[in-house]
Amino acid sequence: MATIQKRADEGVSDELTLVQQAKDGDLEAFSELVRRYDRNIFRIAQHITHNEEDAQDVVQDAFFKAYRNLEQFQGNSKFYTWLVRIAVNEALMKLRKRRNDRTVSIDEDVETDEGSMPREVADWSPNPEQLYGTSELGDILKKTIQGLPPGFRTVFVLRDIEGLSTEETAEMLGLSVPAVKSRLLRARLQLRERLAKYFKFKKDGDGQR
Amino acid sequence: MKCTEFLRELSDYLDGKITEDLQAELDEHLHWCRECHVVVNTTKKTIEIYRDNQIYELPTPLRNRLHEAIMTKCRHSKETKKDI
Ligand SMILES: [Zn+2]
Repeated sequence: MATIQKRADEGVSDELTLVQQAKDGDLEAFSELVRRYDRNIFRIAQHITHNEEDAQDVVQDAFFKAYRNLEQFQGNSKFYTWLVRIAVNEALMKLRKRRNDRTVSIDEDVETDEGSMPREVADWSPNPEQLYGTSELGDILKKTIQGLPPGFRTVFVLRDIEGLSTEETAEMLGLSVPAVKSRLLRARLQLRERLAKYFKFKKDGDGQR
Repeated sequence: MKCTEFLRELSDYLDGKITEDLQAELDEHLHWCRECHVVVNTTKKTIEIYRDNQIYELPTPLRNRLHEAIMTKCRHSKETKKDI
């Protein structure tokens, strides 16, 4: 069973203490910060890079960079927000390198017809989880989210999977709040439409394939 | 209200971040529009299914390995800083 992740807004004051201790050279305090967020950073990195090796590198590089630049962290934002921002940048760099493509960016905006009605309005079976085994479902979810442009899936991951607010997501990605909202809506609708392919409610006469 | 107008508010509607007046308008639209009704339910399910089925968990052995590597780097950097 998935463990409940620590939310970013948990224990903010004790977190600042840890950061201060780490700044003063206490490695144990920094180690505690790593333990607190390594799962989240790994997940975010995996979602952006789609590559486990890259995601491992991102976890290492992001925490090390955070450690080296701890002095620059002023405490105006949450440590987690600051950390994720570093990790997202690292992950995008990896992605660009893999694709040998400098155009991959969080600003990437693919379509503009955001008001248009989704094409696929078929309803889903009451409980899609029952249609597939856990690992098969995992594969479907991976394949589906990987098909989204990086800018869309990053917003979806931070907002809907990691549970951050629109404002926090905007701050982390250096986007405006309306830009985050528009990406989130399109990410949600595109995922829904793609998942419909698998979870469509089977009507009578829809033969098994 | 048209379907396109409804969809523009879909995210805020799902997140429960709309005024009571708008909420009433959207509910009214949902009452007679089956298509938007389906879109609302399946989009809600999309979010839930991603939230409930974490697809990239960090396995404990790998987690420990990464933690060790990070701390080694930090320790090393701390020591070299001191030497300067
Ligand atoms: Zn409608």
